[in-house]
Formats: sequence, structure tokens, C-alpha cells
Amino acid sequence: MSTLPPLPAETDDTPLERPRGRAAARLLPPQRLTGPIPWVIAILIALVVIAAAGGLALRNLSLAASAGLSSAVSVQVIEPNPDLRADRTAAAVKVLTGLPGVTAVQAVPEAELAAMLEPWLGEAATSGDVPIPALIDVELAAGAGPDEVARIAAAVKQQVPGARVDAQGDFLRPVNDALAALQWLALGLVALVALATAAAVWLAARNAFAGARDTVEIMHLLGASQRQITAVFLRDVLREAIVGAVLGAGLGVGAVWLLGQQFAALGSGMVSGGGLMLADWLAIGAVPLAGVLLAGLTARITIALALKDML
Amino acid sequence: MSENLAGHVKFDNVGLRYGTDPEVLSNLSFTLYPGSFYFLTGASGAGKTSLLKMLYLAQAPSRGAIRMFGQDLVTMPHSRLPELRRRLGVVFQDFRLVPYLTAFDNVALPLRLAGTEEKKVQRAVGDMLEWVGLSHRAHAVPPSLSGGEQQRVAIARAVIARPKMLIADEPTGNVDPDMAWKLLRLFEALNNRVGTTVVVATHDVHLLKKVPDSLIMRLHKGQLSDPTGALRYPPNPGGSSVGGSGAE
Repeated sequence: MSTLPPLPAETDDTPLERPRGRAAARLLPPQRLTGPIPWVIAILIALVVIAAAGGLALRNLSLAASAGLSSAVSVQVIEPNPDLRADRTAAAVKVLTGLPGVTAVQAVPEAELAAMLEPWLGEAATSGDVPIPALIDVELAAGAGPDEVARIAAAVKQQVPGARVDAQGDFLRPVNDALAALQWLALGLVALVALATAAAVWLAARNAFAGARDTVEIMHLLGASQRQITAVFLRDVLREAIVGAVLGAGLGVGAVWLLGQQFAALGSGMVSGGGLMLADWLAIGAVPLAGVLLAGLTARITIALALKDML
Repeated sequence: MSENLAGHVKFDNVGLRYGTDPEVLSNLSFTLYPGSFYFLTGASGAGKTSLLKMLYLAQAPSRGAIRMFGQDLVTMPHSRLPELRRRLGVVFQDFRLVPYLTAFDNVALPLRLAGTEEKKVQRAVGDMLEWVGLSHRAHAVPPSLSGGEQQRVAIARAVIARPKMLIADEPTGNVDPDMAWKLLRLFEALNNRVGTTVVVATHDVHLLKKVPDSLIMRLHKGQLSDPTGALRYPPNPGGSSVGGSGAE
């Protein structure tokens, strides 16, 4: 610098299209992934995925359990005398078959009933020493609501005094109530963990900004537009969020799959109704996506507020 | 009225306070004219940096009006400020280089922000680094550069986009007298050859003596005085002739 060389050639004054989006993001090299934020996001996303999968499985279980029973009615003919019981059962079947809205009527064979009761009654179930009511399954075209059950009961009791009519769904009501409570619990967990995730993403955005604040200020003073600064800043935040979300989704889906395998091995008819459908998996897949979108939104708000402070 | 007659910058009864503290700058009214060379002097704490912050659009005034390049900053939407900032070159007291970018990329930043074609960026930055004598340090990052080298990178970054106005805050504060003189010659060359308005804040009176025809604005306890008529219109005929020295 002992003697000054001529000033460098001037770049032309043609109005230029300022870089935006990805081009703007490339103005500065990406920062290295450091700190715990991607891991925090990963853990929280995994928890949301597991809670969401649990809630959806419980809903499916409840729906599957109710589906076959919601339009079915059981009629019990309670009569100790076997001959009389057979006559009354036949009469009840005849009445039920003629009722409007009834699509199928089937008297459950005594042998089948005895086999069902054997675990509780032992040999008494087949010995005939204990009188067992006759049971008739009735399928309805519509749901077995209280009015429908009352109408059927009135018709049957005219011909068969002492017959008892119950909606089959009533037997599962306590189970359904318990499943509903669990679903609410799962929903509450999803909401709480989602809030915690939002807070973590917010912190991630603020953390990324705090680390880049000097650089942002320099760019700002050199004439970078808010859009250009946001593009650079957003890239780093989104990268942390995407890494966290992918890891978290992987962990969560892995855990859900393992649990599914364990339950499937039980071979229980009821539990198999709690399997996840394609729509459920799509909803679960939306969890990490929502996390990344939230990160983007938070980053935008953070940078906008910070630049507002900077003039 | 043309921009030359109107001036690049016009302060009208401007005051600045931070929070509820007393005003650090009061009743500033002056005009900076294109192609002029100004020194802003004053003791430490006189408000030089605060005034420069308003000049390089990092700080809004608490009261009064500022016009810059024909735009009223009070009524102008914030979204248009970047456009004005790109007409300014600023040499910060603490350099403010991006620490993880090389000297080359730091100097290139204003051009890249403006969307200049990469081929032109390469050529212009290469020439500029040669001009400030740092070609051999192009790929060094700021932490590995000396104070003087960082200063020159900051100056190269400030002038690479040929700003209409160059604002430098104590640009010689971190360098030895010989380097200070060399840096001043860079500003002089920019002022004489390109017509850039230059505002240099300094408390070094020796520097003022080396540039006898410069216009001096003196800040004292937040008030501005005008020992060389820098604030009068018209300024010294023919603008500044800094040192008349061999800036070549």
C-alpha cells in the first residue's frame, strides 16, 4: 500500500435483481449443527408421535368394538322349565322376525351357550342343574337406540312374559367409557407435548438468532433486506428443526411399530381392532411436518421482531 | 432543486436521547453536500458515534427531521431503508467483519447482497483487495488478520459498491500513524476520483492537520459547531481538496 494503484473498475450500475430465497440463503455459508436443540426437538417429536399413535389406536379400538354391537339386540327368555323355555323362545323368534327394522334373528344354540358359560359355571353349565336362559341375537337395520329397544321389548313381552331385551352396545359401555377417557388422556398428552415442542422450536429459533445476531446486524447495515436476512436465518433454523423432526419421527414410529408387534402377538380379537389405518399413519406423518412448519414460522417472527428493534 | 444543491443529507433540528435519559445530541441542523470531505471531531463521549449511527441509518432520531438522498426518513417506510443503506459505505470503529467469512467474502458481501453477477464480483473484489494491499490475504478469516489488515478489509467492503457517501468511525483508531495516513489517502482517492462524500469521525487532531482543506464539524456536549463553515451553504468552493497530496 506504499503507492496506491488505480481504483478498481466500477461494477456497472444496471439495476439488479437482488437475490432472494435460496440464492439469498447462500450469501453466507451454513452454520454447523451445534447444541442440544435438534435432540430436544427429536425427543419431543417422538413423544408427540407416540401419544398421537396411542390416541388413534384407542379410537380405532373403540370404534371396532362398538361397530358390531351398535345395531344388535339380545333377547333373553328366562324360564326354568326347558320345554316351556323352548316354546317361548320359538314364539319370541316368530314375533321378532315379523317386526319392521329387524334384519336377522337367530336363537343361540343351547350347546353354544353352555360352552360360553363353562369357564364360569364349570360342569354345571352342561349338566342342566342350573337353568340357563335362552338367548336370541337380533340384528337391526338401524342403530339399537333406547326407543328401538323399548319397541322390541314391548312387542316381545306381549307374547313372551318375562323376556328381557338389551342393546348389545350397553354391555360394552363401561369399556367404551374407559377407552374414551384414555383417548382424552392421549389428546391431552399430545397437546402438552406439542406445546413443549413449540417452546423448544421457539428457543431454537431464538438461539440460532442469538448466535447469528452480529452477522444479522452487519448484513442489515450493509443494506440486506428483511427477506434476505430471513432467508439466511431461516435456513439454519429449518436445518436444525428438520434434523430433529426426522430423528424424532424415526424414533416415534419405531416405538409405535414395536408396540404394534407386541399387541399383535397377543392374538386378541379386541386388540386387533386397534390397528392403525393409512389415514392414521398420514396424521402421524404430519407431526414432524408441523414441527418444521412451526420452526419456520417462529424463525420468521423472531427475525421480524429483531429487525424491528434495529430500525 | 438538484441533489447537489439540496445535499445528500439534511438534518433539521434533530435531537437524540436513549430511553428517558437527557438528550445526547441536541438541535442538530446541517447539510452534507455531495463530493465534500468532512471530519467530525469532538472529545470521547461528545456524541460522534451517535451522530454517525443516525447517518448510517442504525438509529432513528428522537425528534427533528432527516432527509437523505431526497427521502424523508421520518415518513419513509422501513422497508425502503435497505435501498438507502446500499448507497452508503460504512467503516465501523470495531470493523464488524463476519468472522467466519474470508477477507474476500467479507468484501464481496455488499455486491452479493445487491445481486451482482458472480463473475463481476470475483473481478471487482480481486481488484479491491489488490488496491488495499491484501491480495495475499484474500482467503484469511478476520481472526487471523492483524488490526490494520482487518481495518483495510472493512474499508474495502465499505467502498466496493462505490457508495454515494462513506462514513467512517475512528478509522485510524486501531492503527499506527503511518497506516492512518495511508488509510486517509484511500478516502481521499475515493473522494477525488469517484466523488464520494466522506465523513470521518476522529478525535485525532493530527489527522485534521494532514487534510488542510477538509471541512470540520465539531461536536461538544451534543451540540454541533462549525469552525470551517462546513455547515454553511455553499461549502468551500470546489469542494474539498484533501491534502492535495499524492493520492495516486
